[in-house]
Amino acid sequence: MSVSVKLTVNGKPVTAQVEARTLLVQLLRDNLGLTGTHVGCDTSQCGACTVHFNGQSVKSCTMLAVQAEGAQITTIEGVATNGALHPMQKAFNENHGLQCGFCTPGMVMSALDLVKRHPKPTVDEIKQGIEGNFCRCTGYHNIVKSVQAGAKAMGG
Amino acid sequence: MNAPTPVLNTGIGAPLARLEDGRFLTGSGHYTDDINRPGQLHAQLLRSPHAHAKLGKIDIAAALKIPGVVAIFTGADVEADKLGGLPCGWGVTGKGGAAMKEPPHPLLAIGKVRHVGDPIAMVIAETKNAAKDGAEAISVDYQELPAVASTTSALKKGAALVHDDVPGNLCYDWELGDKAAVDAAIGKAAHVTKLSLVNQRLVPNAIEPRAALGEYEAATDQYTLYTSSQNPHVIRLLMCAFVLHIPENKVRVVAPDVGGGFGSKIFHYAEEALVTWASKKVGRPVKWTAERSESFVSDAQGRDHVTEASLALDKDGHFLALKVHTVAGMGAYLSTFSTCVPTYLYALLLAGQYTTPAIYCEVKAVFSNTVAVDAYRGAGRPEATYLLERIIEQAAREMKIDPTELRRRNLVPANKFPYQTPVVVAYDTGNYQAHLDKAIELSDYKGFAKRREDSKKKGKLRGVGISCYIEACGIAPSAVVGSVGARAGLFEAAEVRFDPTGTVTVFTGSHSHGQGHETTFAQVVSTKLGVPIENITIVHGDTGRIPFGMGTYGSRSIAVGGTAIVKAMDKLVAKGRKIAAHMLEAAEGDVVFENGQFKVAGTDKVKSIGEIAFSAYVPHNYPHATLEPGFDESAFYDPTNFTFPSGTYICEVEVDPETGVVEIASFTAVDDFGNIINPMIVEGQVEGGIAQGIGQALIENCVYDDEGQLVTGSYMDYGMPRADHIPNYKFAFTNTPCTHNPLGVKGCGEAGAIGSPPAVINAVLDALAPLGVTNIDMPATPSRVWAAIQSAHPAKAAE
Repeated sequence: MSVSVKLTVNGKPVTAQVEARTLLVQLLRDNLGLTGTHVGCDTSQCGACTVHFNGQSVKSCTMLAVQAEGAQITTIEGVATNGALHPMQKAFNENHGLQCGFCTPGMVMSALDLVKRHPKPTVDEIKQGIEGNFCRCTGYHNIVKSVQAGAKAMGG
Repeated sequence: MNAPTPVLNTGIGAPLARLEDGRFLTGSGHYTDDINRPGQLHAQLLRSPHAHAKLGKIDIAAALKIPGVVAIFTGADVEADKLGGLPCGWGVTGKGGAAMKEPPHPLLAIGKVRHVGDPIAMVIAETKNAAKDGAEAISVDYQELPAVASTTSALKKGAALVHDDVPGNLCYDWELGDKAAVDAAIGKAAHVTKLSLVNQRLVPNAIEPRAALGEYEAATDQYTLYTSSQNPHVIRLLMCAFVLHIPENKVRVVAPDVGGGFGSKIFHYAEEALVTWASKKVGRPVKWTAERSESFVSDAQGRDHVTEASLALDKDGHFLALKVHTVAGMGAYLSTFSTCVPTYLYALLLAGQYTTPAIYCEVKAVFSNTVAVDAYRGAGRPEATYLLERIIEQAAREMKIDPTELRRRNLVPANKFPYQTPVVVAYDTGNYQAHLDKAIELSDYKGFAKRREDSKKKGKLRGVGISCYIEACGIAPSAVVGSVGARAGLFEAAEVRFDPTGTVTVFTGSHSHGQGHETTFAQVVSTKLGVPIENITIVHGDTGRIPFGMGTYGSRSIAVGGTAIVKAMDKLVAKGRKIAAHMLEAAEGDVVFENGQFKVAGTDKVKSIGEIAFSAYVPHNYPHATLEPGFDESAFYDPTNFTFPSGTYICEVEVDPETGVVEIASFTAVDDFGNIINPMIVEGQVEGGIAQGIGQALIENCVYDDEGQLVTGSYMDYGMPRADHIPNYKFAFTNTPCTHNPLGVKGCGEAGAIGSPPAVINAVLDALAPLGVTNIDMPATPSRVWAAIQSAHPAKAAE
C-alpha cells in the first residue's frame, strides 16, 4: 500500500509516495537521495542513522516514514551552512574524531543533541551521551575529545 | 618521538588534520550502498536457518509470483553455468607433506547447507522489500543433520562430518620447530609453566555492512562491480579466474568509500560474484546490501583458538623452550586467507620479544558447522601474543619474579639485531628495553602498590598487567610466502603522475577504509617532491584507475604501499634530472634535486619540478631519440622482509569483588612503529586497536549453541565496546626506524588489538590472585569474574 508523506527536510518541504512499511531512513536515503544517513544495524543499536526529528536526535531506522508527517527533519547534509563546516564538524576534523567515516554522521547528530542538553558536557556526560552510537574505528577516545572541543566552539 | 622534524606543517611528521574528512563529515561519502545505477534491481539472499542439513526440494514457484520479483537463482543455476566455488588463497602443507583438505565452497548451497547463514537462493526484485518478500515465499525441504558446533568438539570421535570427504573434520595438522629439542629442554628445566586457554571467536563488525552492486553493459561486454572491499584487484582476480571464468580485462572492480574492514573485507565473498553474474543474466544492475543480522552469519569471523602450552625456564627465569598445541577453528568453509592465519601468522610470532632458543608449535585446523573464520585485526598475531604474555605472566607469578623483571631477563638485547628467531622470521631492528622502561615510567609502575592499597580501601581489587607484543607487518617477501603456500604475490604498486600544470595524482594499490591514506600518502609525496599538499590527490580502490595492487591488510600500507610510491617518485626524480639537464644545458650528473627544485650544482641554474612537468607535456624542443615526453612513473615494490613493530602495554584494573565488574583504571601504550608520518593518525590507529582489544578482553564473544545456532547474532546479543567502556590512555613512542624500507616505517594498524588483550587479562588475574583465582578466559565479563571468585572461594559462596 502506497501512502503520501509530507515533511520538511533540511529546511525544504518534501512530499514522497512510499509504501506504508517504509522506514524514515529509507525515505531519506532511497526517496530523497540523502545518503549521508547510514544504516549500520537492524536492531536500533548502532546509531549510524541518527537524525534530528523536530530538533531531537532519533534513530531514523526506528521510525516509519509516515510518523514523520509534518515533522522538521535535519540530516547530516543540513548541518554545514553555505559550504562552511559547523563547529562540531570542524572539531571532529581537528581532533581526528573519525576514521572510516561511516558512523560519523550519526555521531555528529548525536553530539549536537547532547550539546543542546549539556552545553558544557563533562567527559562522562559525553561518554554516556554517545553510548547509543557505535564506532569500531576510533575507540571513541578522539570522538570524546571532538565533542568537547565542538561544544566549546559552539559557545559552551 | 623520533620522527623527522616536519619541513612544512603538512610534511612527514606533521599531525596534519585529515584531508579526506570533509566528505565524511558532511554526509557526502560514497559507500557502496550509496551508489545507485539506472535500472537497478535488488537482491536478497535466502540463508539457511539450520547449521547442518540436506537440501531437498527448493520450491520457488510461489516466490516468482510475488509482485516485483524478477528472477530467483539457486545452486542448480550455479551448477548449470559451471561457476567455480570460492577459492582459498593459501595452501598449507601439514605434517609429512600432507596437503590440506580443501572442500568446495559453492556460491549457493548445493545438496547441503553447512552453517546458519549458508546462502541457498538469491531473489532479485524491483525493490528490496519485494526481494525480501520473495525470499520468504521460497519453500525449502530441509533434512536436518547433527551439527558440530564448536572447535573443541570438531575432533571428537563420532563428531558429525561437516564435509563427507574430510575425515575427522581435520583441514590440516601442521607443525613448526624442533619437537625433540623442545621436549628435551622441557624435560630437564628447573621450572615448567603450563597453561590452557581459549582465544574466543569474535565478530569483526565493521559498522558499514558489506554491500555489492554488479552491472553488466552488453554493448561493450564489460562488467563493473562496486563492493565494500579492502582489495579490489584481489577480488577481481579471484572472481574472474576461479569463480566466474570471465577475462579480467572485462571486469572493473570499484571499492569506493569503505566503512571499516578490520580484515573482514579482504576476502572474496559469494555475494560479489553472485551480483556480477546475475547482472548479465537479468540484464540490469543488481545490488545487495547486508543487514546486520546477515553480516553476523556471513562475514568471516575471527580468532577461535583452543591452546595448550608449556614454557620451560631455568632457575633464574631464562626461557629455554616453548611448546604450543593449538586447535584452530576454520568454520564450515575455507575463507580466502583462513589457512595462513593460525600457521604462518601465528607460529612465526611465538618468539615474541624474547630469546627463547627452542620453539615447537603444532596446529590442527578444523571444520565445524559455523561461519567461516579468517583474518581479523591482528590475525594470528594477537593469538600468539596472548598466549605468550599470559604464560610469561603465570611463570612470573609461579616463580615469584616481578613480571617486568622476568620479561627483561629474556628480551632480545638492543645490540643483537638483526635477530634470527627459531621460528623462521628475523627481526631487523628494535629496542624492546626502551619501550619497557618508558611504559614502566609512564604508568608509574612503581607506585602501583600504593594504588592497590587505595583501591582496597574502596573495597576494590586492583591489578596490573603487562604485555610486550611484537607484530609482523607487510607479509613478505613474495618468494618466501610463496614457498610456504601463498597463492598470491604480496607486493604493492603505485603510479605518481604529474599533470602539465604541476599538480600530482598518485594511484596506489593500497586501500583506505579509515586509515587516512589520502592524508598520510600525500604528506610523503609533498615532502619528497616539494609539491604543496593541496596539489596532490591520492586515488585508490578502482581497478579501472589504479595499477594492479594487493590492497590493505596486515598493517602493510605505509611500509609496502608507501614504499611503492617512494620508488615511483625516485623514478620521477631521475627522469626530472634528465629533463632539467636538457632544459638547463647541463650534464645530467650535475643536476641535483632538493625541495622541489632541480639545480645545476655550483650554479644558479634552476628549474622547479612544476616547470619540469610542464615541459614534459609540451616537449617542443625535446631530443626525442634520447628523452621521452611525459612525467608519470610507476613502481612495484616487493619487500625484502616483514617489518616488526613492537611495544609494551601496561594496564591497571579495578575489580568489584561483589559484582565481578572490571573497570580499566589506566592504560599505558608505548609503541615502536619506526618513523611516523602523521602522529595524530597513528595514535588514532592505536586507540582503535586497543578498543577492539579491550572489547575482546572484557566484552566480546561469538557464541554458538550446541546445535550451531548463533546465539550472539545481533547487536542486542553481541557485546560491542561503547564509549563508556573505554578508558583514557597514556601514549608514547620509542621508535627505531625500519632498516629495509626507505621511509623507515613499520606499520601501526593492528598493534593495539595485538598488545592489549593480555595486558587487560593479566591485570584481572593479578587483581584476583589474592583470592586464589589462577585462570580466566576472555571475555572477563562480570559473570565470569564473579564465578571465578566464587569457585576460588567455595566456602564464601556457600554463605
